[in-house]
Amino acid sequence: MAGKVKWVTDIEKSVLINNFEKRGWVQVTENEDWNFYWMSVQTIRNVFSVEAGYRLSDDQIVNHFPNHYELTRKDLMVKNIKRYRKELEKEGSPLAEKDENGKYLYLGLCVFHRLMFSVNIPRRPVQPWIMILSHRFKKCVPKDSKTSSFVSQSNKEAYVISLYINNPLLIGGRKFDLRLYVLVSTYRPLRCYMYKLGFCRFCTVKYTPSTSELDNMFVHLTNVAIQKHGEDYNHIHGGKWTVSNLRLYLESTRGKEVTSKLFDEIHWIIVQSLKAVAPVMNNDKHCFECYGYDIIIDDKLKPWLIEVNASPSLTSSTANDRILKYNLINDTLNIAVPNGEIPDCKWNKSPPKEVLGNYEILYDEELAQGDGADRELRSRQGQSLGPRAGRSRDSGRAVLTTWK
Amino acid sequence: MLQEESDLSLIIAQIVQKLKGSNLYSQLERQAWASLQRPEIKLESLKEDIKEFFKISGWEKKLQNAVYSELSVFPLPSHPAAPPEHLKEPLVYMRKAQGSWEKRILKSLNSMCTELSIPLARKRPVGEQKELLNKWNEMGTDEPDLSLFRPVYAPKDFLEVLINLRNPNYENGDSLSFRTHLGLIQVPLKVKDIPELKECFVELGLNIGQLGIDDSTQVPPELFENEHVRIGQKVLAQQDSAAAQQYIRQGSPTALRAELWALILNISSQPEDVLYYEQLKTNVIQHDLLVDSLIYKDVKLTASNDDYYFVFEDYLYQVLLCFSRDTSVLSHFAFNSASPPKSYIRGKLGLEEYAVFYPPNGVIPFHGFSMYVAPLCFLYHEPSKLYQIFREMYVRFFFRLHSISSHPSGIVSLCLLFETLLQTYLPQLFYHLREIGAQPLRISFKWMVRAFSGYLATDQLLLLWDRILGYNSLEILAVLAAAVFAFRAVNLMEVTSLAAAEKKNHLRELKSMSLDDIVKIHGLFWLF
Repeated sequence: MAGKVKWVTDIEKSVLINNFEKRGWVQVTENEDWNFYWMSVQTIRNVFSVEAGYRLSDDQIVNHFPNHYELTRKDLMVKNIKRYRKELEKEGSPLAEKDENGKYLYLGLCVFHRLMFSVNIPRRPVQPWIMILSHRFKKCVPKDSKTSSFVSQSNKEAYVISLYINNPLLIGGRKFDLRLYVLVSTYRPLRCYMYKLGFCRFCTVKYTPSTSELDNMFVHLTNVAIQKHGEDYNHIHGGKWTVSNLRLYLESTRGKEVTSKLFDEIHWIIVQSLKAVAPVMNNDKHCFECYGYDIIIDDKLKPWLIEVNASPSLTSSTANDRILKYNLINDTLNIAVPNGEIPDCKWNKSPPKEVLGNYEILYDEELAQGDGADRELRSRQGQSLGPRAGRSRDSGRAVLTTWK
Repeated sequence: MLQEESDLSLIIAQIVQKLKGSNLYSQLERQAWASLQRPEIKLESLKEDIKEFFKISGWEKKLQNAVYSELSVFPLPSHPAAPPEHLKEPLVYMRKAQGSWEKRILKSLNSMCTELSIPLARKRPVGEQKELLNKWNEMGTDEPDLSLFRPVYAPKDFLEVLINLRNPNYENGDSLSFRTHLGLIQVPLKVKDIPELKECFVELGLNIGQLGIDDSTQVPPELFENEHVRIGQKVLAQQDSAAAQQYIRQGSPTALRAELWALILNISSQPEDVLYYEQLKTNVIQHDLLVDSLIYKDVKLTASNDDYYFVFEDYLYQVLLCFSRDTSVLSHFAFNSASPPKSYIRGKLGLEEYAVFYPPNGVIPFHGFSMYVAPLCFLYHEPSKLYQIFREMYVRFFFRLHSISSHPSGIVSLCLLFETLLQTYLPQLFYHLREIGAQPLRISFKWMVRAFSGYLATDQLLLLWDRILGYNSLEILAVLAAAVFAFRAVNLMEVTSLAAAEKKNHLRELKSMSLDDIVKIHGLFWLF
């Protein structure tokens, strides 16, 4: 007789707890026998560290991959993407094609382009952003590496210098970025889902590229946590727009083709970033992970990946937000813990389409390989994006993977 | 037959008169002169050749569009001996009611002015002008102290006026019969019934494909959507206003909407239009008007708090402040029952030589006015084009939603149409709501006054406004309002108070409703 799922969390957020309780799951402490642990990134380190000697049993699931930082730490992500590009180049894959300036045509994914290591730099107060203006090193501030304790050997601090996008797409004269949620249930084979209800986060202050404005934190940083303290923060809409609003606006003002292409490219970026880290990820069968992808769009409608969060914020800034995050967790749990029953890690991690909720299959490596892997290369090469991938419909088809 | 002919020649004469003063006329003249250089223009057949040239070069189409535009906007001429106020509003009691309503508004404005000791208008000092010019694109960041300002009126104040409208020549009789109108509006205006609506809105019939309904998941795109898009592109290529108006009755694809609306409204964004807008902007910079504060307050109260429109706050100021100063808007008062308020230079009260229209465009904004502009920001991101589109939408449609008239698209008729539909086809619901003191119109009035802006999700709203343009009528607002009640009939039957019927959840539900839900799913089959 199946018992009730026993859950633990060290993140006291109502959107989580309400979801557990509505399934009739039972709360326990981490010292007891638990089936489901929604943990913070601190805790996952402890669970999977060599010293802990923790062994997870088949009926236990956690919400992080042990070495997720390969994706979420900026310096490691850059490293992995570079390695991935080199491999593709070696294989002679057309995906690794470059243009006449030496820029990657299809793999110029992200904002970061340079990685520096420096030893023995005295610690400075944490600055949230690093900037170069175009290609001149006008302003350069060290970033405190989020997870520096992972670097086991010595006191190395990693500096990431990022290319500052000074021509972001503005709507109503305002800068914004996109937050999209992506659920990964397994890395090998890669199976990931995109949450349909992402959102745009707008700056409360008008964007101007002038240098005097560079010091104004509110103009450039669109993270809600910082915007919340700006004078103009509004608690009804929270400066957020749904992705469908964005889509409506872009289709109406720029046309359908370029908008579909933009969304296609966004999906592309996400899948490529996951593929890049897949080989080095510890694909532990007890794990799944819900990432928060931050993407910015420039005025040529090209998307750029800013960063990936392993622990996207579950705090709600507005009523709509609370509903969204509640549903996000709900749909995530439906996929990760099928039927809400005691998990068995031996299952094939292939949920039926009905439980996806607001998730859509973004990429399913098994499915893709079934259709022939070289199709991906062919369709990408021809620059054709295949049948419309842009429309998010719950038709049951894997509509986001036209370029398998 | 003779009457029709003379009516027609009267209309033609009026339109010719109107167009002669327009830019298009001078352009056509210039084109005609220039065409004399062309080899195909021969002296013997000068007239025919030039006509042919106009046809081929697309100028004839432009003229057609202009004529069509005039026909859509300008009311048909009535009896030649009818005085101009009949063109504004034929019924005396309506004119009188509008007149007293205007007096009240103006009084309210003047007293606010006196209380706060702020002039209705003042010239800005140079320093302030410079500052405003610098901040032109981000007026939203300004935080002027608006706490002492209040909107001049809100829709519910206006509703009270409409409820008290009476035709002095009409005696209802004391005895209640099944004919008695149970609603709030008690004037005997003719409104369409279901068969007439069906005839009028024939393209909304169930057997004809609709965007917003037939492009949803269940219907494969090959069946309707793709073909519809193809036709839309063709219509745009032809640049034909009348065809566009017909086409859009079935809804517009998102990518084509901006252009289609511009075509239907005959807006072409010439350099002189941009210049005109810049001139208005200069007027804003130079002079400060009291209504500006009313506009600020309205935007801050409505659009800034809206999930969809908060992003465009600055555009709203750029459009509305210019709108207040646009004297070309005054010409629409010829067919608007309202008249522009007059104000007098200080100390010269009553002396006509010192009278000016205030605000310059004659339109005093009320609470929610900025929501007429907000949805347009999803379509046009260039301020002067956005401005032109809004202005044209206002003088064709929106003004009818806040003035008292007998026009079939006027708010009074819309209210009556709404109530009549509900009473005729959902009598049980109507009676129940009336019994609990929740007259349906009290709930739906604000939806109609705002043309549902802020009450429907933007993509649905734009589909609704497609139909307003397509049918050149606002009646669809009343039909939709009735449909919402039909859709929610079951829930509403259980409600026990006006407050419960109106509570916030109800509002949020409206925003998550799609026309698909309302039209297809429950009980709207009887309407179509």
